[in-house]
Amino acid sequence: MNRRICIDPVTRLEGHGRIDIRLDEEGNVDRAFFQVPDFKGFEKFCEGRAAEEMPTLTQKICGVCPTAHHIAGVKALDDLFGVAPPPAARTIRELMHLAFVFEDHLLHLFYLGGPDILVNGSACKAGKNVFGVFEELGAAVGRQAIAIRKKVRQLNALISGSALYPVCGLPGGVAQPVAETARQQIAATANEALAFARRLLPLFHEAVLKNNRFRKMARSHAFALRTYYMGLVDEANRVNFYDGRLRIVTPDGDTFVDFPAAAYLDHLREKAVRGSYMKILYLKALGWHGYLDGPASGMYRVGPLARLNAAAGMATPLAQREYERLFNAVGQKPAHNTLLYHWARLIEVLYAAERMVVLTDRPELSDAHVRNLPTQSPAEGVGVCEAPRGTLIHHYRTDTRAIVKQLNLLVATQNNAAAICLSVEKAARALIKNGAVTDRILNQVEMAYRAYDPCLACATH
Amino acid sequence: MVGARDPAIIAFLCHWCAYDGADAAGRARLELPCGVHEVRVMCSGQIDSGMVLKAFEEGADGVMVLGCEPGDCHYKEGNVHAMKRMALLRAVLQSTRLDVRRIRLEWVAAGDGDRYARVVREMAAEIRKLGPVFKPSSQDNHGR
Amino acid sequence: MAAKPKIAFYWCAGCGGCEESIIDMAEELLSVAEQADIVFWPVVLDARYGDLEALPDKEIDAAFINGAIRLDEHVRMVRLLRRKSKCIVAHGTCAHLGGVIGLANWHSPRQLLECAFRQMPSMDDPSGALPGDDPPDDEQEPPLPKLLPAVRSLAQVVPVDAFIPGCPPPPETMAAVITDVIHGRLPASGTVFALRKALCHQCPRVDSKPDAIEITRFKRLYNTSWDPEVCFLPQGLICLGPVTRGGCEARCIRANMPCRGCFGPTERIDDFGAGAMALIASMMAGGDETALDRLVDSIADPAGLMYRYSLATSVLGKGPDR
Repeated sequence: MNRRICIDPVTRLEGHGRIDIRLDEEGNVDRAFFQVPDFKGFEKFCEGRAAEEMPTLTQKICGVCPTAHHIAGVKALDDLFGVAPPPAARTIRELMHLAFVFEDHLLHLFYLGGPDILVNGSACKAGKNVFGVFEELGAAVGRQAIAIRKKVRQLNALISGSALYPVCGLPGGVAQPVAETARQQIAATANEALAFARRLLPLFHEAVLKNNRFRKMARSHAFALRTYYMGLVDEANRVNFYDGRLRIVTPDGDTFVDFPAAAYLDHLREKAVRGSYMKILYLKALGWHGYLDGPASGMYRVGPLARLNAAAGMATPLAQREYERLFNAVGQKPAHNTLLYHWARLIEVLYAAERMVVLTDRPELSDAHVRNLPTQSPAEGVGVCEAPRGTLIHHYRTDTRAIVKQLNLLVATQNNAAAICLSVEKAARALIKNGAVTDRILNQVEMAYRAYDPCLACATH
Repeated sequence: MVGARDPAIIAFLCHWCAYDGADAAGRARLELPCGVHEVRVMCSGQIDSGMVLKAFEEGADGVMVLGCEPGDCHYKEGNVHAMKRMALLRAVLQSTRLDVRRIRLEWVAAGDGDRYARVVREMAAEIRKLGPVFKPSSQDNHGR
Repeated sequence: MAAKPKIAFYWCAGCGGCEESIIDMAEELLSVAEQADIVFWPVVLDARYGDLEALPDKEIDAAFINGAIRLDEHVRMVRLLRRKSKCIVAHGTCAHLGGVIGLANWHSPRQLLECAFRQMPSMDDPSGALPGDDPPDDEQEPPLPKLLPAVRSLAQVVPVDAFIPGCPPPPETMAAVITDVIHGRLPASGTVFALRKALCHQCPRVDSKPDAIEITRFKRLYNTSWDPEVCFLPQGLICLGPVTRGGCEARCIRANMPCRGCFGPTERIDDFGAGAMALIASMMAGGDETALDRLVDSIADPAGLMYRYSLATSVLGKGPDR
């Protein structure tokens, strides 16, 4: 008899999803489908709105990554109006973005995907959560993690109004400067963040990278996909979250293409999927061949592991050292095992903290001049940034009164949509045999998507 | 709402001018369309968008605000307030499904029954052409 | 020994911001988890819908629901939660008023889907099938929940006991209400956890707000500089603080940006947009129709500005005729 297993809803991620697994007569997986039952229509209902409202309106797509939308949106406005922000504003924006990346990645480690790898493998369903993590790691670590996230989010509130709802972005700058007194507080927080990241890495090594169960899964083909990888890089091909060019490498690590985000339509395509509201992005040059990985398929990935794969290194020393450590441990680059996203994410936490310290040291941070007013008539603009979960592109077309006529949003997790679906199916196939299904096995199947840190409200908007 | 096919129109009439105009139309036995519900207010400036929207919510297909000519307002500038509100409401309605022709601001002088009759007849004809504003539906659960 | 109170959290067409607001309780969240039994919270715990369905009716002391009602599945879920819970608290602007998701009500579901899945310049097949359009041909895929004809607020679908406004609500407010609930102090029916009065009462710039404001042309944020210490309104920039409930400590104003009304209307206002229109009309200078039309024209997207958060609960957002 054919059996059907439903994981409904998927948990410990942002958004709605369900996994539908069909077993054949032998009890092996015939098909596993990852459905995203969520859709709001931002791309339609933002039409007719004033362009300057886009950074705060589009960030309602996601309350977990509002800052990413705010940044991509404000950069699209810069492009739309042909106005560049003064150095202080650029520094402020990058600082707020990295502060957000830092604490959002930690949200994933402690609250979302992290419980899978931090809580003892035999723990039942009731223990796989942040409360279980704090029990496992100890109350002290838990308190520190909570405290540093709170401080960093307060840093963002200081700059942008609220970490939950940043409002400071304007074309050509930000709404207000950072006072010299605030700078001291910000610098203190940045240094505390770095200290925490430095303590966290060895803890992660002990608790996760030396854990046999994790090591086995991180080496298993069940969790590996040989895909292309994409991320923003600076002029030295190092990971950059705020700006740069988009670089795509092949599954073997060769440069495939390198382009400015404004040219995204030449390289990326979207397709609709019947049965789910999440659109799939794939590489135009290779085309869509179904849920397949490999060099002939247009499937690619974004986010922490992909960014490290697509780049030649990290721009800060401690993160660079850890980056080298990861690829030495794996023995090759690109690294294809999805569970390594967890490690790559922490490397980015370290980078974000180091970079925050660098930015808070910059003299222009407390400059009074934070806005250049637009002088040109608006027409079209593209803004890009690396959201924690992947590349985020905002594309606006307006009339001369800056009323939005069309907007196109390519949002982070969408770039991973095909890979997430394939990862889940591949893991299910490998782990579910002869009808044997336990909570533990289903949790491992879920680990195949959780490592990506999916944001499904973002991916469907 | 009224079972007949007559469009339901709420007409807010200012006491000092428009209401007197309506009265005059009545005394002269001028032909007036059915379905126009007259509501007397002291000044056209009293009517804000909230009242207009409430009228639509309660089943009106059209809403009129009739006041004194500019310069003749009993309260000096009440009708100017009405002008401002209606100008803004018209701009807002452009983005909505509520056709802007369903609201109308007109001046009717005291005693001008002819003008009153013409204005409400024009409105009724317009609303009849536009049809009912919301079709009733059993699926609509507006339970609040 | 008394059983721990049971609470649940659920998101409809939400964005996770309301969850973040709860997670921002920081250490206090750990106390909540100790003192209460969180039976369902998809972002943090592994409970499934089946676990919820298995609970006896009225077993949950309070269910906190955020997000707008956008899909048929949301209606099913909130009705389930209503049955299983003694108390339902709508938190966040989407549950309270429909939120920005309600802006979709100026379009039909078909228009929303056509735009996203066919008209975007990056879509590969402008005539391809839309999600949920045809039934799956070989029954391989689970049925996809459908869009309702219009977005609804929570109270338009199930009786709601209390509301916590804000997009998202301040973490301090969430913390206070959740703490009360787990100590047995359920909110009185109809409570709105925000000020009854306008945001101006919390605004650091209120002293610079004049009694009479005369604007001949409204300005737009993108090409205007403004005084960061002075009320936005006399500077010609629209701030909706005067018609918005206070409770957020004017967080946007303190970031030098005007209020956009996410806490919803003050107690005396029914339709937020109508209240906003009254505010703006009261500031308009000029007396002849041409000047007034030009003045109104200087407001970019008045409808979107004034109904940004509340369209779903306005007659103007009633959704397409059927």
